[in-house]
Amino acid sequence: MIQAIAFYLFAIIVIGSGAMTISSRNPVHSVMWLILAFFNAAGLMVLVGAEFIAMLLVIVYVGAVAVLFLFVVMMLDIEVAQLRAGIARYAALGLALAAGLLIEIVIGIKAWSAGTLQVSRRLAPTDTAVPNIQAMGQLLYTRYLFVFEAAGFVLLVAMIGAIVLTHRQRGGVRGQNISRQNARRPEDATRNVQPPVGQGVQL
Amino acid sequence: MTDFFNTTVGMSYGWAWFVATIIGILVIALPLMLAVAMIIYADRKIWAAMALRRGPNVVGPFGLLQSFADGLKVFLQETIVPAAANRGLFLLAPIITFTVALIVWAVVPFGAGVVLADINVGLLYVLAASSLGVYGVILSGWASNSKYPFYSALRAAAQMVSYEVAIGFILISVVMWAGTFNLSGIVMAQQSTLNLHINAFGINPLLFPMAVMFFISSLAETQRAPFDLTEAESELVAGYQTEYSSMSFALFWLGEYANVLLMCALNATLFWGGWLPPIDWAPLYYVPGIIWLFAKMLFFFFVFSWVKATVPRYRYDQLMRLGWKVFLPLSLFWVFLVSGVLMLMRVPVAG
Repeated sequence: MIQAIAFYLFAIIVIGSGAMTISSRNPVHSVMWLILAFFNAAGLMVLVGAEFIAMLLVIVYVGAVAVLFLFVVMMLDIEVAQLRAGIARYAALGLALAAGLLIEIVIGIKAWSAGTLQVSRRLAPTDTAVPNIQAMGQLLYTRYLFVFEAAGFVLLVAMIGAIVLTHRQRGGVRGQNISRQNARRPEDATRNVQPPVGQGVQL
Repeated sequence: MTDFFNTTVGMSYGWAWFVATIIGILVIALPLMLAVAMIIYADRKIWAAMALRRGPNVVGPFGLLQSFADGLKVFLQETIVPAAANRGLFLLAPIITFTVALIVWAVVPFGAGVVLADINVGLLYVLAASSLGVYGVILSGWASNSKYPFYSALRAAAQMVSYEVAIGFILISVVMWAGTFNLSGIVMAQQSTLNLHINAFGINPLLFPMAVMFFISSLAETQRAPFDLTEAESELVAGYQTEYSSMSFALFWLGEYANVLLMCALNATLFWGGWLPPIDWAPLYYVPGIIWLFAKMLFFFFVFSWVKATVPRYRYDQLMRLGWKVFLPLSLFWVFLVSGVLMLMRVPVAG
């Protein structure tokens, strides 16, 4: 009973906050609704027993991606009216995407209800007694090792690419030399002088 | 406790679970509020003693009731919402800070089996919840619609995201050594570390540098001195809290100290044995585990105050350099080192 209540609660909030994300006028509010949606999606994942994925969703999307998103949105001065004008222009594309997703859901449900699920035909069924961190680890580092490594490599390339694209070497910049700053002692920087009365300090 | 309500009181399992969980939450949250009030008093006393002052000594015996007097004062003040502020988010921000500071306590083990939610992704839950903490600060800064709070919010966002990366890697090395993400499991794995009859990962020469880095990162994560650039009073008035008054300010205040206590608890739990006695010697196990945990937390809190009283504030670029150029490579290297040592030792990893 409690699981059912929790499921409907999370599901309603996910859908509601998803709708608010695209309909709210203030972009910062949009990001906040998006975060609420992420959070409740994580709740749904906990309910189906995928607690590792749920925690990663919160850490990666809510903790890092959405923070950067919020950061950017707060700094931008977005004209809401201009955004509204875009809706009409992209309406056809949006509807096409929505129709595509709907067809996928229908096909999925039809395929699922066509016959009983054959557990033995599933790829690598895991023991339900194994916690899902271990289950994922066993799969990722044995059966899917090369795919996993390749995914990591793609991310590395993307990261290097982003740095190459955005990094500009500017000339004439006086950068800090940290080790020299740390090596500097008070004796090098200051000097005690005792000027005679009535005369200034001779530098 | 669920069993008690289910069988003795005769509720259905669902209701029994519900009531037991609510009681569990209250048993943690209410003493935590009291502890925060006392720890604020302790912080002020320690700070005063190091500055050769007396500190709060007027309200109640030795000034013990000072925090409650302050609480009553802010409670009776008027809540002012600036006209230009974004009202909803302005009021939401302190609530987020306060809530996030409370929810992590769900997975902190206070004794053998004494934990509200004994989940096997406990440490990931801690990371997830602490990564939420930044929203309270960013939102308060943005929603105040004022320059200094906004600067403070930007600083806080950059600072907390940077140090979370290092904290993540530090935690990974602990997790690898313990072989579990469960906090109770991590505590139990520390029993008689390296067969030296001392219950602490911190005495392991491989993990001691991580313990030090975790302590420094937890100072940065809770925005305590010397990393309190988000509320640097010499530059930013009071940072993101500038526009807040009354209870909305008090929520920030309580949330901040609840976070500090939490970081003390995590330092104690992850590296210094948690609720286990410091020495693996049978008579010491008769002392309840919660007392050992509190003793360790108080020690770390004293060090937090000590640092606050003695260390001058970092410059912002130095803070970023420490996070990205020192802690991140070092902790990443340490993950390699720890996993390499574990490989060489052929530790039987679970599963």
